[in-house]
Amino acid sequence: MGERAESTGGKNIATRDAYGEALLELGKKRNDVVVLDADLSGSTKTGAFAKAFPGRFYNMGISEQDLIGTAGGLSLTGKLPFASTFAVFETGRAWEQIRQTIAYSHLNVKLVATHSGITVAEDGASHQAIEDIALMRVLPNMTVIVPSDGIETKQVIAAIADYCGPVYVRLGRSKVPVVMPEDYKFSIGKAHTYHTGKDANIIAAGIMVDVALKAMGILKNEGVDAGVINMSTIKPLDNDAVLRAAKASGLIVTAEEHSIIGGLGGAVCEFLSENYPVPVKKIGIKDTFGCSGPSDELMKLYGLTADNIVKTIKEALKK
Amino acid sequence: MTQVRDIGRLKKQARTVRAEILKMLTEAGSGHTGGSLSAADIVTALYFCKMRHNPKDPAWKERDRFVLSKGHAAPLLYTALALSGYFDKSLLKTLRKIGSPLQGHPCSKLLPGVEISTGSLGQGLSIANGMAMGLKMDGLNSRVYCLLGDGETQEGQVWEAAMSASHYRLDNICAIIDNNGLQIDGHCCDVMALEPIVGKWAAFGWHVIDIDGHDMVAVINALDEAETVKKKPTAIVARTVKGKGVSFFEGKVKYHGITPTSDELEKALGELEDIDNG
Ligand SMILES: Cc1ncc(C[n+]2csc(CCOP(=O)(O)OP(=O)(O)O)c2C)c(N)n1
Ligand SMILES: [Mg+2]
Repeated sequence: MGERAESTGGKNIATRDAYGEALLELGKKRNDVVVLDADLSGSTKTGAFAKAFPGRFYNMGISEQDLIGTAGGLSLTGKLPFASTFAVFETGRAWEQIRQTIAYSHLNVKLVATHSGITVAEDGASHQAIEDIALMRVLPNMTVIVPSDGIETKQVIAAIADYCGPVYVRLGRSKVPVVMPEDYKFSIGKAHTYHTGKDANIIAAGIMVDVALKAMGILKNEGVDAGVINMSTIKPLDNDAVLRAAKASGLIVTAEEHSIIGGLGGAVCEFLSENYPVPVKKIGIKDTFGCSGPSDELMKLYGLTADNIVKTIKEALKK
Repeated sequence: MTQVRDIGRLKKQARTVRAEILKMLTEAGSGHTGGSLSAADIVTALYFCKMRHNPKDPAWKERDRFVLSKGHAAPLLYTALALSGYFDKSLLKTLRKIGSPLQGHPCSKLLPGVEISTGSLGQGLSIANGMAMGLKMDGLNSRVYCLLGDGETQEGQVWEAAMSASHYRLDNICAIIDNNGLQIDGHCCDVMALEPIVGKWAAFGWHVIDIDGHDMVAVINALDEAETVKKKPTAIVARTVKGKGVSFFEGKVKYHGITPTSDELEKALGELEDIDNG
């Protein structure tokens, strides 16, 4: 399948920047779109929408629980609300509001959070969401999407606007390389397979797709046939894609900028253990909080690197 | 800890605190400048005059407690702790670096002297209430101070805690609101209006003292007054200027989360010194 679109002029932007642009486009097309934020509109990039459509933007101040409830109320009047703040505060602080009001009642509210994962960097553990996928994934009715780059983010925003129901979208703070092919077309619940490996298959999401593709390249040079899947929809999981990968290689590696508990790795294991048990190695944050530091150093510290994926696959293949 | 009541020395100490904040933030290259500077006089008054605490024994049972509910002012807390002698001043240079106990937001597990990890706004007053209850249960007359941002009081939990403190007559608690009028997205009055601040705390059953948070005499007097109030918690609404002490940072929304360049640092330190000399 398609190569990444970097060479064809794709821009390296943060997924939150793509979100800001996508919201603007959507706001022009649909006047039922309403955006809410909690004193972080500069950081979440909802600020551009606020400027363009001041009558359709609500800054709720530093009150995430109120943010979610208000978004719920707006959806009950037929509006299409997008509620944004940092991932920790959106999914953590307002979790029960999301559970009770948004998920249980299947409201058409889009929860788009930025600053997920450890690449929040210097602000440290209090601001680094490493459990948000887990928190959202356990909720019935909730769809969970983790775009990997700017191209995908824009498509995700367009797609979820057309879908009726609660969705959580996990975005990041830092610039990320383009990983999706130019002709890529996102649809909810459908993974993108770059290559199916005979020796191992890496199922990745978010910024780890780029890292996984690098690992695939290194392994290829060493004679190991590894594949990569971008599992951007974590719920509903693309079971068929996981099954194909497991059948093709018998070794699955999951890679995410999230705890190894409850996230993509958890979702893949839950599915495979019941349907096609094969060994699974999980790359992610190993049940610890993050810490302050530059993004790239933190990625190394927590083993979110191509080298660590390569090492993990080689060790698993030796056994 | 020998505490000073000499206003002149406290004012000078507050300038030293500001200088250290600016230096560590410049070195770190990221962090929260405005909100650290706005509360510098208050925290100086607490750590170097009012609070009973022992840097050699951070877990001393009878100590007064300080909860930095607005955890992003970590550089201010770290400076107060370092200058008090909890750890060596050289550690300030490691702010926000990998392996440092000086995390972007305070972590009590890594740094003695930090009572509780904060950074997610709105949670500190509840914790302070719990401490105040526990101290009362143990028959101790230690006091609990909790510093909140004004924007922070938009969090519902703050008002849940405000209700509890007055319900349980926690007169050993003193909340201080750093009323600098700004938050991240702009002026509080534009983002989510807070006024009447004094009236809100009073309506929740608190004794309220409205002061200029940069007037050291007023700050000390208010803290003294709080100690005499019985059967009610006290809230000090401290009118402050975000970025206080550095003319080109003062009152600017932008300097919430922007650190000084080395040129700005030099100028800022110059301004602080001029006051000392003048
Ligand atoms: C629960 C939560 N929501 C959002 C944030 C992000 N945030 C950090 S500081 C800040 C603004 C704080 O304003 P204020 O309380 O007035 O602090 P100050 O002006 O003293 O810096 C925000 C929204 C946070 N740390 N915690
Ligand atoms: Mg403020």
